[in-house]
Amino acid sequence: MVVNQIAVFLENKQGRIYDFAKVIAEAKIDLVSMSIADTEEFGILRAVTSDNKKAVEALKKAGFTVISTDMIGIEIPDVPGSLAKVLKIMSEEKIQIEYLYSYARSEANKAYIILKVADNEKTVQLLNKRGVKVVSDFK
Amino acid sequence: MEKYYDKKTECMSRSELKALQSERLVKLVDYVYNNNAIYRAKMDDIKVKPSDIKSIDDIVKLPFTTKKDLRDNYPFGMFTAPRKNIVRLHASSGTSGKLTVVGYTKKDIDVWAECAARALVAAGADKNSIVHVSYGYGLFTGGLGLHYGAEKLGAVAVPASSGNTARQISLMKDFQANVLCCTPSYAIYLGEEMQKSGVELPDLKIGIFGAEPWSDTMRKKIEKLLGIKAYDIYGLSEITGPGVASECSDQSGCHIYEDHFYPEILDTETLEPLNYNSKGELVFTTLTKEGIPLIRYRTRDITMLKDEKCPCGRTFVKMGRIIGRSDDMLIIRGVNVFPSQIETVLLNYGDGVLPHYEIYVDRFDSTDYFEIRVEMTESIFSDEVKKIEMVKKEMESKLQSMLGISVNVKLVAPSSLPRYEGKAKRIIDNRKY
Ligand SMILES: [Zn+2]
Repeated sequence: MVVNQIAVFLENKQGRIYDFAKVIAEAKIDLVSMSIADTEEFGILRAVTSDNKKAVEALKKAGFTVISTDMIGIEIPDVPGSLAKVLKIMSEEKIQIEYLYSYARSEANKAYIILKVADNEKTVQLLNKRGVKVVSDFK
Repeated sequence: MEKYYDKKTECMSRSELKALQSERLVKLVDYVYNNNAIYRAKMDDIKVKPSDIKSIDDIVKLPFTTKKDLRDNYPFGMFTAPRKNIVRLHASSGTSGKLTVVGYTKKDIDVWAECAARALVAAGADKNSIVHVSYGYGLFTGGLGLHYGAEKLGAVAVPASSGNTARQISLMKDFQANVLCCTPSYAIYLGEEMQKSGVELPDLKIGIFGAEPWSDTMRKKIEKLLGIKAYDIYGLSEITGPGVASECSDQSGCHIYEDHFYPEILDTETLEPLNYNSKGELVFTTLTKEGIPLIRYRTRDITMLKDEKCPCGRTFVKMGRIIGRSDDMLIIRGVNVFPSQIETVLLNYGDGVLPHYEIYVDRFDSTDYFEIRVEMTESIFSDEVKKIEMVKKEMESKLQSMLGISVNVKLVAPSSLPRYEGKAKRIIDNRKY
Protein backbone atom coordinates (compact mmCIF):
# COMPACT_ATOMS: atom_id res chain seq x y z
CA MET A 1 0.00 0.00 0.00
CA VAL A 2 2.45 2.65 -1.11
CA VAL A 3 2.69 5.30 -3.78
CA ASN A 4 5.92 5.52 -5.69
CA GLN A 5 7.36 8.95 -6.29
CA ILE A 6 10.39 10.16 -8.22
CA ALA A 7 12.60 12.99 -6.97
CA VAL A 8 14.81 14.97 -9.34
CA PHE A 9 17.62 17.35 -8.47
CA LEU A 10 17.22 20.78 -10.03
CA GLU A 11 19.86 23.42 -9.97
CA ASN A 12 18.39 26.91 -9.55
CA LYS A 13 18.74 27.81 -13.18
CA GLN A 14 16.20 29.03 -15.64
CA GLY A 15 14.61 26.36 -17.81
CA ARG A 16 15.41 23.34 -15.67
CA ILE A 17 11.78 22.48 -14.95
CA TYR A 18 11.07 22.75 -18.65
CA ASP A 19 13.99 20.38 -19.37
CA PHE A 20 12.42 17.90 -16.96
CA ALA A 21 8.94 18.22 -18.43
CA LYS A 22 10.34 17.81 -21.95
CA VAL A 23 12.02 14.51 -21.08
CA ILE A 24 8.81 13.21 -19.50
CA ALA A 25 6.72 14.30 -22.48
CA GLU A 26 9.10 12.83 -25.03
CA ALA A 27 9.00 9.48 -23.20
CA LYS A 28 5.18 9.69 -23.46
CA ILE A 29 4.71 9.56 -19.71
CA ASP A 30 1.85 11.34 -17.92
CA LEU A 31 2.60 13.60 -14.99
CA VAL A 32 0.05 12.72 -12.32
CA SER A 33 1.25 15.10 -9.64
CA MET A 34 4.23 17.32 -8.98
CA SER A 35 5.64 19.57 -6.29
CA ILE A 36 8.90 21.47 -5.94
CA ALA A 37 10.84 22.13 -2.77
CA ASP A 38 13.45 24.80 -3.21
CA THR A 39 16.25 26.24 -1.17
CA GLU A 40 18.50 29.18 -1.89
CA GLU A 41 20.82 26.97 -3.90
CA PHE A 42 18.83 24.15 -5.43
CA GLY A 43 15.44 22.56 -5.80
CA ILE A 44 13.99 19.08 -5.51
CA LEU A 45 11.21 18.26 -7.91
CA ARG A 46 8.96 15.48 -6.67
CA ALA A 47 6.52 13.84 -9.00
CA VAL A 48 4.21 10.91 -9.47
CA THR A 49 3.90 9.78 -13.07
CA SER A 50 2.01 7.19 -15.05
CA ASP A 51 5.20 5.10 -15.25
CA ASN A 52 7.88 5.98 -12.70
CA LYS A 53 10.24 3.21 -13.82
CA LYS A 54 10.25 4.48 -17.37
CA ALA A 55 10.52 8.07 -16.13
CA VAL A 56 13.60 7.30 -14.01
CA GLU A 57 15.25 5.62 -16.99
CA ALA A 58 14.51 8.50 -19.35
CA LEU A 59 15.61 11.14 -16.85
CA LYS A 60 18.87 9.36 -16.03
CA LYS A 61 19.60 9.04 -19.70
CA ALA A 62 19.04 12.78 -20.04
CA GLY A 63 21.60 13.37 -17.28
CA PHE A 64 19.35 14.09 -14.30
CA THR A 65 20.06 12.85 -10.80
CA VAL A 66 16.90 10.99 -9.88
CA ILE A 67 15.80 8.60 -7.18
CA SER A 68 12.48 6.91 -6.49
CA THR A 69 10.90 6.71 -3.08
CA ASP A 70 7.85 4.95 -1.67
CA MET A 71 5.33 7.27 -0.10
CA ILE A 72 1.95 6.99 1.57
CA GLY A 73 -1.12 8.05 -0.35
CA ILE A 74 -4.40 8.80 1.35
CA GLU A 75 -7.84 9.60 0.04
CA ILE A 76 -9.92 12.25 1.79
CA PRO A 77 -13.24 13.95 0.99
CA ASP A 78 -12.74 17.20 -0.92
CA VAL A 79 -14.39 19.32 1.77
CA PRO A 80 -12.98 21.90 4.20
CA GLY A 81 -11.39 20.44 7.31
CA SER A 82 -10.78 16.92 6.05
CA LEU A 83 -6.99 17.29 5.79
CA ALA A 84 -6.86 18.85 9.26
CA LYS A 85 -8.71 15.82 10.60
CA VAL A 86 -6.08 13.43 9.18
CA LEU A 87 -3.22 15.59 10.38
CA LYS A 88 -4.71 15.63 13.86
CA ILE A 89 -4.78 11.83 13.87
CA MET A 90 -1.17 11.68 12.69
CA SER A 91 -0.07 14.12 15.32
CA GLU A 92 -1.89 12.09 17.99
CA GLU A 93 -0.12 8.97 16.73
CA LYS A 94 3.18 10.91 16.76
CA ILE A 95 3.89 10.30 13.09
CA GLN A 96 6.25 12.93 11.81
CA ILE A 97 5.58 14.11 8.27
CA GLU A 98 8.65 15.16 6.30
CA TYR A 99 6.58 16.71 3.55
CA LEU A 100 3.30 16.28 1.73
CA TYR A 101 1.53 17.48 -1.35
CA SER A 102 -1.85 16.97 -2.84
CA TYR A 103 -3.34 15.68 -5.99
CA ALA A 104 -7.00 16.16 -6.82
CA ARG A 105 -8.62 14.14 -9.57
CA SER A 106 -10.75 16.42 -11.67
CA GLU A 107 -13.88 14.26 -11.84
CA ALA A 108 -14.12 13.16 -8.25
CA ASN A 109 -15.09 14.97 -5.07
CA LYS A 110 -12.15 13.28 -3.42
CA ALA A 111 -8.70 14.66 -2.74
CA TYR A 112 -5.50 12.64 -2.65
CA ILE A 113 -2.57 13.49 -0.44
CA ILE A 114 0.94 12.07 -0.75
CA LEU A 115 2.93 11.94 2.47
CA LYS A 116 6.57 11.28 3.29
CA VAL A 117 7.06 9.60 6.66
CA ALA A 118 9.90 7.61 8.22
CA ASP A 119 8.11 4.26 8.52
CA ASN A 120 5.55 3.49 5.82
CA GLU A 121 4.39 0.15 7.15
CA LYS A 122 3.70 1.35 10.66
CA THR A 123 1.99 4.47 9.38
CA VAL A 124 -0.30 2.53 7.06
CA GLN A 125 -1.32 0.26 9.95
CA LEU A 126 -2.09 3.17 12.22
CA LEU A 127 -4.03 5.06 9.55
CA ASN A 128 -6.07 1.97 8.72
CA LYS A 129 -6.87 1.52 12.37
CA ARG A 130 -8.06 5.12 12.63
CA GLY A 131 -10.26 4.79 9.56
CA VAL A 132 -8.21 6.85 7.11
CA LYS A 133 -8.37 5.49 3.58
CA VAL A 134 -4.91 4.57 2.35
CA VAL A 135 -4.45 4.09 -1.39
CA SER A 136 -1.70 2.60 -3.52
CA ASP A 137 -0.25 3.76 -6.82
CA PHE A 138 -2.61 6.08 -8.69
CA LYS A 139 -3.32 4.66 -12.06
CA MET B 1 70.94 54.17 7.70
CA GLU B 2 70.47 50.56 6.65
CA LYS B 3 70.39 48.19 9.62
CA TYR B 4 71.77 44.65 9.61
CA TYR B 5 71.48 41.80 12.06
CA ASP B 6 74.83 40.39 10.92
CA LYS B 7 76.47 42.84 8.55
CA LYS B 8 79.63 40.77 8.06
CA THR B 9 77.65 37.80 6.75
CA GLU B 10 74.89 39.66 4.94
CA CYS B 11 77.35 41.85 3.05
CA MET B 12 80.14 39.34 2.39
CA SER B 13 81.65 39.33 -1.08
CA ARG B 14 80.25 36.90 -3.62
CA SER B 15 83.58 35.04 -3.77
CA GLU B 16 83.66 34.64 0.02
CA LEU B 17 80.05 33.45 -0.11
CA LYS B 18 80.85 30.93 -2.81
CA ALA B 19 83.72 29.52 -0.76
CA LEU B 20 81.46 29.25 2.28
CA GLN B 21 78.69 27.57 0.27
CA SER B 22 81.18 25.12 -1.25
CA GLU B 23 82.59 24.18 2.12
CA ARG B 24 79.10 23.70 3.53
CA LEU B 25 77.83 21.68 0.57
CA VAL B 26 80.77 19.26 0.74
CA LYS B 27 80.08 18.74 4.45
CA LEU B 28 76.33 18.39 3.88
CA VAL B 29 76.67 15.74 1.17
CA ASP B 30 79.04 13.75 3.30
CA TYR B 31 76.63 14.03 6.25
CA VAL B 32 73.51 12.90 4.40
CA TYR B 33 75.28 10.15 2.44
CA ASN B 34 76.56 8.58 5.63
CA ASN B 35 73.48 9.11 7.79
CA ASN B 36 70.45 8.85 5.52
CA ALA B 37 69.71 5.64 3.64
CA ILE B 38 67.32 7.37 1.24
CA TYR B 39 69.87 9.93 0.10
CA ARG B 40 72.54 7.25 -0.11
CA ALA B 41 70.30 5.16 -2.37
CA LYS B 42 69.39 8.19 -4.49
CA MET B 43 73.06 9.04 -5.01
CA ASP B 44 74.09 5.45 -5.58
CA ASP B 45 71.36 5.20 -8.21
CA ILE B 46 72.98 7.87 -10.33
CA LYS B 47 76.51 6.84 -9.30
CA VAL B 48 77.46 10.03 -7.52
CA LYS B 49 79.77 9.75 -4.55
CA PRO B 50 80.36 12.39 -1.87
CA SER B 51 83.89 12.74 -3.23
CA ASP B 52 82.43 13.96 -6.55
CA ILE B 53 81.16 17.09 -4.81
CA LYS B 54 84.06 19.50 -4.47
CA SER B 55 82.40 22.88 -4.76
CA ILE B 56 78.99 24.49 -4.95
CA ASP B 57 79.17 24.21 -8.75
CA ASP B 58 78.96 20.43 -8.40
CA ILE B 59 75.47 20.75 -6.92
CA VAL B 60 73.99 20.06 -10.37
CA LYS B 61 75.28 16.48 -10.09
CA LEU B 62 73.01 15.81 -7.12
CA PRO B 63 69.51 14.33 -7.34
CA PHE B 64 66.39 16.38 -6.58
CA THR B 65 64.23 16.00 -3.51
CA THR B 66 60.46 16.46 -3.74
CA LYS B 67 57.43 16.59 -1.51
CA LYS B 68 56.76 13.03 -2.66
CA ASP B 69 59.99 11.88 -0.96
CA LEU B 70 58.71 13.37 2.29
CA ARG B 71 55.29 11.83 1.82
CA ASP B 72 56.59 8.38 0.90
CA ASN B 73 58.74 8.39 4.00
CA TYR B 74 56.11 9.82 6.33
CA PRO B 75 56.56 10.78 9.08
CA PHE B 76 60.25 10.69 9.95
CA GLY B 77 61.92 8.68 7.16
CA MET B 78 63.69 11.68 5.63
CA PHE B 79 65.15 12.85 8.93
CA THR B 80 68.93 12.61 8.94
CA ALA B 81 69.65 13.53 12.56
CA PRO B 82 69.02 10.83 15.20
CA ARG B 83 65.80 11.16 17.22
CA LYS B 84 67.67 12.26 20.35
CA ASN B 85 68.86 15.40 18.57
CA ILE B 86 65.44 16.47 17.26
CA VAL B 87 63.81 19.07 19.50
CA ARG B 88 60.82 20.29 17.48
CA LEU B 89 58.42 19.16 14.76
CA HIS B 90 56.46 21.31 12.37
CA ALA B 91 54.18 20.20 9.57
CA SER B 92 52.32 21.57 6.61
CA SER B 93 49.54 19.96 4.66
CA GLY B 94 50.69 17.82 1.79
CA THR B 95 48.97 16.10 -1.07
CA SER B 96 46.47 13.30 -0.35
CA GLY B 97 45.97 14.55 3.17
CA LYS B 98 49.30 13.40 4.54
CA LEU B 99 51.23 16.04 6.40
CA THR B 100 54.72 17.04 5.34
CA VAL B 101 56.66 16.73 8.57
CA VAL B 102 59.93 18.47 9.35
CA GLY B 103 62.17 18.01 12.39
CA TYR B 104 64.57 20.59 13.84
CA THR B 105 67.65 20.13 15.96
CA LYS B 106 68.60 22.84 18.47
CA LYS B 107 70.99 24.23 15.91
CA ASP B 108 68.30 24.23 13.19
CA ILE B 109 65.98 26.26 15.43
CA ASP B 110 68.84 28.63 16.12
CA VAL B 111 69.67 29.14 12.43
CA TRP B 112 65.98 29.66 11.67
CA ALA B 113 65.64 32.21 14.49
CA GLU B 114 68.72 33.98 13.22
CA CYS B 115 67.33 34.22 9.70
CA ALA B 116 63.99 35.49 11.03
CA ALA B 117 65.94 38.04 13.11
CA ARG B 118 67.80 39.13 9.96
CA ALA B 119 64.42 39.59 8.28
CA LEU B 120 63.10 41.71 11.15
CA VAL B 121 66.18 43.95 11.11
CA ALA B 122 66.19 44.22 7.32
CA ALA B 123 62.65 45.59 7.64
CA GLY B 124 63.83 48.12 10.21
CA ALA B 125 63.11 46.45 13.58
CA ASP B 126 65.55 46.51 16.49
CA LYS B 127 65.91 45.43 20.12
CA ASN B 128 63.34 47.99 21.22
CA SER B 129 60.62 46.88 18.82
CA ILE B 130 57.33 45.40 19.96
CA VAL B 131 56.67 42.65 17.42
CA HIS B 132 53.02 41.62 17.15
CA VAL B 133 52.85 38.15 15.61
CA SER B 134 49.43 37.39 14.11
CA TYR B 135 50.51 34.32 12.19
CA GLY B 136 49.01 31.13 13.54
CA TYR B 137 51.04 29.39 16.25
CA GLY B 138 51.14 25.65 15.95
CA LEU B 139 52.31 23.11 13.42
CA PHE B 140 52.37 25.95 10.90
CA THR B 141 55.79 27.63 10.97
CA GLY B 142 54.54 31.23 10.64
CA GLY B 143 53.88 32.10 14.28
CA LEU B 144 56.81 30.47 16.01
CA GLY B 145 59.21 31.45 13.21
CA LEU B 146 58.77 35.20 13.66
CA HIS B 147 58.39 34.72 17.42
CA TYR B 148 61.83 33.11 17.79
CA GLY B 149 63.25 35.69 15.39
CA ALA B 150 61.99 38.54 17.55
CA GLU B 151 63.36 36.93 20.70
CA LYS B 152 66.69 36.23 19.04
CA LEU B 153 66.91 39.88 18.10
CA GLY B 154 66.11 40.87 21.66
CA ALA B 155 62.88 42.57 20.62
CA VAL B 156 59.55 41.96 22.38
CA ALA B 157 57.53 39.16 20.82
CA VAL B 158 53.75 39.34 21.28
CA PRO B 159 52.37 35.87 20.45
CA ALA B 160 48.89 37.03 19.47
CA SER B 161 48.43 34.18 16.99
CA SER B 162 45.57 34.37 14.48
CA GLY B 163 41.87 35.19 14.89
CA ASN B 164 39.76 37.60 16.96
CA THR B 165 40.46 40.77 15.01
CA ALA B 166 39.00 43.17 17.59
CA ARG B 167 41.32 41.76 20.25
CA GLN B 168 44.29 41.91 17.87
CA ILE B 169 43.67 45.61 17.32
CA SER B 170 43.28 46.42 21.01
CA LEU B 171 46.44 44.43 21.86
CA MET B 172 48.41 46.33 19.22
CA LYS B 173 47.07 49.62 20.53
CA ASP B 174 47.64 48.86 24.22
CA PHE B 175 51.12 47.38 23.74
CA GLN B 176 52.09 50.03 21.18
CA ALA B 177 53.19 47.48 18.61
CA ASN B 178 55.85 48.65 16.13
CA VAL B 179 55.98 45.61 13.89
CA LEU B 180 53.09 43.51 12.60
CA CYS B 181 53.68 40.02 11.18
CA CYS B 182 50.79 38.27 9.42
CA THR B 183 49.52 37.29 5.97
CA PRO B 184 49.10 40.24 3.59
CA SER B 185 45.39 39.58 3.16
CA TYR B 186 44.88 39.62 6.92
CA ALA B 187 46.83 42.90 7.08
CA ILE B 188 44.30 44.44 4.71
CA TYR B 189 41.44 43.04 6.74
CA LEU B 190 42.94 44.42 9.95
CA GLY B 191 43.45 47.81 8.30
CA GLU B 192 39.87 47.95 7.08
CA GLU B 193 38.52 46.96 10.49
CA MET B 194 40.65 49.66 12.11
CA GLN B 195 39.33 52.21 9.68
CA LYS B 196 35.75 51.18 10.43
CA SER B 197 36.22 51.51 14.18
CA GLY B 198 38.36 54.64 13.86
CA VAL B 199 41.35 53.11 15.68
CA GLU B 200 44.80 54.47 14.87
CA LEU B 201 48.10 52.83 15.68
CA PRO B 202 50.67 55.62 15.57
CA ASP B 203 53.47 53.36 16.84
CA LEU B 204 53.05 50.77 14.11
CA LYS B 205 55.69 51.41 11.46
CA ILE B 206 56.61 48.06 9.93
CA GLY B 207 54.73 45.10 8.51
CA ILE B 208 56.31 41.78 7.56
CA PHE B 209 53.94 39.78 5.42
CA GLY B 210 54.17 36.37 3.84
CA ALA B 211 52.77 32.81 3.63
CA GLU B 212 50.76 33.69 0.54
CA PRO B 213 51.51 35.40 -2.77
CA TRP B 214 50.91 39.13 -2.97
CA SER B 215 51.75 42.07 -5.17
CA ASP B 216 52.96 45.65 -5.16
CA THR B 217 49.35 46.79 -5.59
CA MET B 218 48.53 45.06 -2.31
CA ARG B 219 51.66 46.56 -0.79
CA LYS B 220 50.49 50.08 -1.62
CA LYS B 221 47.04 49.34 -0.23
CA ILE B 222 48.42 47.94 3.04
CA GLU B 223 50.90 50.78 3.46
CA LYS B 224 48.14 53.34 2.99
CA LEU B 225 45.60 51.56 5.22
CA LEU B 226 47.97 50.93 8.11
CA GLY B 227 50.37 53.83 7.62
CA ILE B 228 53.37 51.51 7.60
CA LYS B 229 56.10 50.15 5.33
CA ALA B 230 55.20 46.64 4.17
CA TYR B 231 57.88 44.01 3.57
CA ASP B 232 57.69 40.60 1.96
CA ILE B 233 59.05 37.51 3.69
CA TYR B 234 59.43 34.10 2.05
CA GLY B 235 59.76 30.67 3.51
CA LEU B 236 58.41 27.16 3.52
CA SER B 237 58.44 24.68 6.35
CA GLU B 238 60.41 22.09 4.36
CA ILE B 239 63.33 24.51 4.07
CA THR B 240 62.87 26.04 7.53
CA GLY B 241 59.84 28.37 7.68
CA PRO B 242 59.57 32.15 7.30
CA GLY B 243 63.02 33.69 6.97
CA VAL B 244 64.43 31.74 4.04
CA ALA B 245 64.40 35.11 2.31
CA SER B 246 63.10 38.59 3.12
CA GLU B 247 63.03 42.17 1.94
CA CYS B 248 65.29 45.05 2.87
CA SER B 249 64.57 48.78 2.93
CA ASP B 250 64.67 48.79 -0.89
CA GLN B 251 61.46 46.69 -0.99
CA SER B 252 62.53 45.22 -4.31
CA GLY B 253 62.44 41.48 -3.67
CA CYS B 254 63.49 39.09 -0.92
CA HIS B 255 67.21 38.61 -0.28
CA ILE B 256 67.77 34.87 0.06
CA TYR B 257 69.88 33.93 3.08
CA GLU B 258 72.25 32.11 0.79
CA ASP B 259 74.75 31.16 3.46
CA HIS B 260 72.13 28.68 4.70
CA PHE B 261 69.79 28.14 1.75
CA TYR B 262 71.27 27.72 -1.70
CA PRO B 263 68.81 28.65 -4.46
CA GLU B 264 68.60 27.44 -8.03
CA ILE B 265 66.05 28.25 -10.72
CA LEU B 266 65.15 25.34 -13.01
CA ASP B 267 63.45 25.15 -16.34
CA THR B 268 60.11 23.54 -15.42
CA GLU B 269 60.19 21.27 -18.48
CA THR B 270 63.81 20.13 -18.70
CA LEU B 271 64.77 20.71 -15.04
CA GLU B 272 67.99 22.29 -16.31
CA PRO B 273 69.33 25.17 -14.20
CA LEU B 274 68.53 28.63 -15.59
CA ASN B 275 70.49 31.84 -15.35
CA TYR B 276 69.55 34.89 -13.31
CA ASN B 277 66.52 36.85 -14.54
CA SER B 278 64.90 33.74 -16.11
CA LYS B 279 61.64 32.45 -14.72
CA GLY B 280 61.48 28.88 -13.50
CA GLU B 281 60.99 26.65 -10.48
CA LEU B 282 62.76 27.65 -7.30
CA VAL B 283 64.87 24.88 -5.80
CA PHE B 284 66.67 25.01 -2.44
CA THR B 285 69.49 23.12 -0.82
CA THR B 286 69.67 23.56 2.96
CA LEU B 287 73.40 24.01 3.45
CA THR B 288 73.49 23.86 7.24
CA LYS B 289 70.42 21.94 8.33
CA GLU B 290 70.84 18.85 10.54
CA GLY B 291 67.34 17.55 11.33
CA ILE B 292 66.02 17.13 7.81
CA PRO B 293 68.54 18.53 5.35
CA LEU B 294 67.07 18.74 1.87
CA ILE B 295 69.15 18.62 -1.27
CA ARG B 296 67.83 20.43 -4.33
CA TYR B 297 64.31 20.49 -2.92
CA ARG B 298 61.74 21.46 -5.52
CA THR B 299 59.52 24.15 -4.00
CA ARG B 300 57.17 24.23 -7.03
CA ASP B 301 57.13 28.02 -6.70
CA ILE B 302 57.77 29.85 -9.95
CA THR B 303 59.94 32.94 -9.73
CA MET B 304 63.36 34.24 -10.78
CA LEU B 305 66.60 35.30 -9.17
CA LYS B 306 67.46 38.94 -9.86
CA ASP B 307 70.84 39.89 -11.20
CA GLU B 308 71.16 43.28 -9.56
CA LYS B 309 73.19 45.00 -6.91
CA CYS B 310 71.01 46.12 -4.04
CA PRO B 311 71.39 49.66 -2.65
CA CYS B 312 71.03 48.20 0.87
CA GLY B 313 74.51 46.73 0.64
CA ARG B 314 73.47 43.11 1.11
CA THR B 315 75.17 40.79 -1.35
CA PHE B 316 72.65 37.95 -1.08
CA VAL B 317 70.69 37.46 -4.28
CA LYS B 318 67.11 38.70 -4.44
CA MET B 319 64.19 36.64 -5.70
CA GLY B 320 61.21 38.05 -7.57
CA ARG B 321 57.60 37.66 -6.51
CA ILE B 322 56.15 34.16 -6.68
CA ILE B 323 54.20 34.24 -9.92
CA GLY B 324 52.76 30.75 -9.89
CA ARG B 325 53.16 27.08 -9.09
CA SER B 326 54.47 24.22 -11.15
CA ASP B 327 51.93 21.92 -9.50
CA ASP B 328 48.27 22.40 -8.68
CA MET B 329 48.72 23.55 -5.11
CA LEU B 330 46.67 26.56 -4.04
CA ILE B 331 47.35 28.82 -1.10
CA ILE B 332 44.04 29.83 0.44
CA ARG B 333 44.01 32.04 3.53
CA GLY B 334 47.67 31.14 3.97
CA VAL B 335 47.01 27.40 3.96
CA ASN B 336 48.30 24.95 1.32
CA VAL B 337 45.46 23.23 -0.47
CA PHE B 338 45.92 20.34 -2.90
CA PRO B 339 43.12 19.13 -5.15
CA SER B 340 44.10 15.56 -4.23
CA GLN B 341 43.10 16.24 -0.61
CA ILE B 342 39.70 17.39 -1.79
CA GLU B 343 39.39 14.30 -3.97
CA THR B 344 40.09 12.00 -1.00
CA VAL B 345 37.01 13.42 0.72
CA LEU B 346 34.79 13.60 -2.37
CA LEU B 347 35.45 9.96 -3.28
CA ASN B 348 33.00 8.98 -0.54
CA TYR B 349 30.17 10.77 -2.31
CA GLY B 350 30.40 9.64 -5.90
CA ASP B 351 28.67 6.26 -6.06
CA GLY B 352 32.12 4.64 -6.13
CA VAL B 353 33.80 7.10 -8.48
CA LEU B 354 35.07 10.62 -7.98
CA PRO B 355 32.23 13.12 -8.52
CA HIS B 356 32.98 15.89 -10.99
CA TYR B 357 34.00 18.96 -9.07
CA GLU B 358 35.50 22.39 -9.49
CA ILE B 359 37.47 24.54 -7.08
CA TYR B 360 36.47 28.19 -7.08
CA VAL B 361 38.58 30.77 -5.27
CA ASP B 362 37.97 34.49 -5.18
CA ARG B 363 38.74 37.37 -2.88
CA PHE B 364 36.06 39.53 -1.28
CA ASP B 365 36.78 42.20 1.34
CA SER B 366 40.42 41.07 1.39
CA THR B 367 39.42 37.58 2.47
CA ASP B 368 39.78 34.51 0.33
CA TYR B 369 36.46 32.96 -0.63
CA PHE B 370 36.74 29.21 -1.16
CA GLU B 371 34.01 27.14 -2.76
CA ILE B 372 33.95 23.60 -4.08
CA ARG B 373 31.28 22.91 -6.66
CA VAL B 374 30.25 19.29 -6.70
CA GLU B 375 28.00 17.71 -9.26
CA MET B 376 25.04 16.02 -7.62
CA THR B 377 25.28 12.25 -7.38
CA GLU B 378 22.84 9.62 -6.16
CA SER B 379 24.95 9.20 -3.01
CA ILE B 380 24.34 12.82 -2.11
CA PHE B 381 20.80 13.19 -3.41
CA SER B 382 17.61 12.64 -1.45
CA ASP B 383 13.97 13.58 -1.88
CA GLU B 384 14.28 15.55 1.36
CA VAL B 385 15.96 18.96 1.52
CA LYS B 386 17.00 18.30 5.12
CA LYS B 387 18.94 15.17 4.18
CA ILE B 388 20.77 16.88 1.31
CA GLU B 389 21.69 19.77 3.60
CA MET B 390 23.00 17.23 6.11
CA VAL B 391 25.23 15.54 3.55
CA LYS B 392 26.44 18.95 2.39
CA LYS B 393 27.29 19.97 5.96
CA GLU B 394 29.07 16.66 6.50
CA MET B 395 31.13 17.19 3.32
CA GLU B 396 32.04 20.68 4.46
CA SER B 397 33.17 19.52 7.87
CA LYS B 398 35.17 16.59 6.44
CA LEU B 399 36.82 18.95 3.96
CA GLN B 400 37.56 21.39 6.73
CA SER B 401 39.26 18.79 8.87
CA MET B 402 41.24 17.55 5.85
CA LEU B 403 42.30 20.99 4.64
CA GLY B 404 42.45 22.97 7.84
CA ILE B 405 40.31 25.81 6.48
CA SER B 406 36.58 26.27 6.05
CA VAL B 407 35.03 25.78 2.65
CA ASN B 408 31.59 26.18 1.10
CA VAL B 409 30.25 23.25 -0.88
CA LYS B 410 27.87 24.09 -3.67
CA LEU B 411 25.89 21.29 -5.24
CA VAL B 412 25.37 21.69 -8.95
CA ALA B 413 23.52 19.72 -11.61
CA PRO B 414 25.10 16.61 -13.14
CA SER B 415 27.15 17.36 -16.29
CA SER B 416 27.00 21.10 -15.60
CA LEU B 417 30.73 21.52 -14.95
CA PRO B 418 33.01 21.74 -17.97
CA ARG B 419 34.65 18.50 -19.12
CA TYR B 420 38.18 18.40 -20.44
CA GLU B 421 40.08 15.93 -22.47
CA GLY B 422 43.18 14.82 -20.61
CA LYS B 423 44.09 16.68 -17.46
CA ALA B 424 41.04 18.40 -15.99
CA LYS B 425 41.24 22.09 -15.25
CA ARG B 426 39.39 22.01 -12.01
CA ILE B 427 40.59 25.27 -10.53
CA ILE B 428 39.07 28.70 -11.06
CA ASP B 429 41.16 31.23 -9.17
CA ASN B 430 39.76 34.74 -9.63
CA ARG B 431 41.85 36.38 -6.93
CA LYS B 432 43.63 39.58 -7.93
CA TYR B 433 46.85 40.32 -6.11
ZN1 LIG C 1 68.58 44.97 -0.30
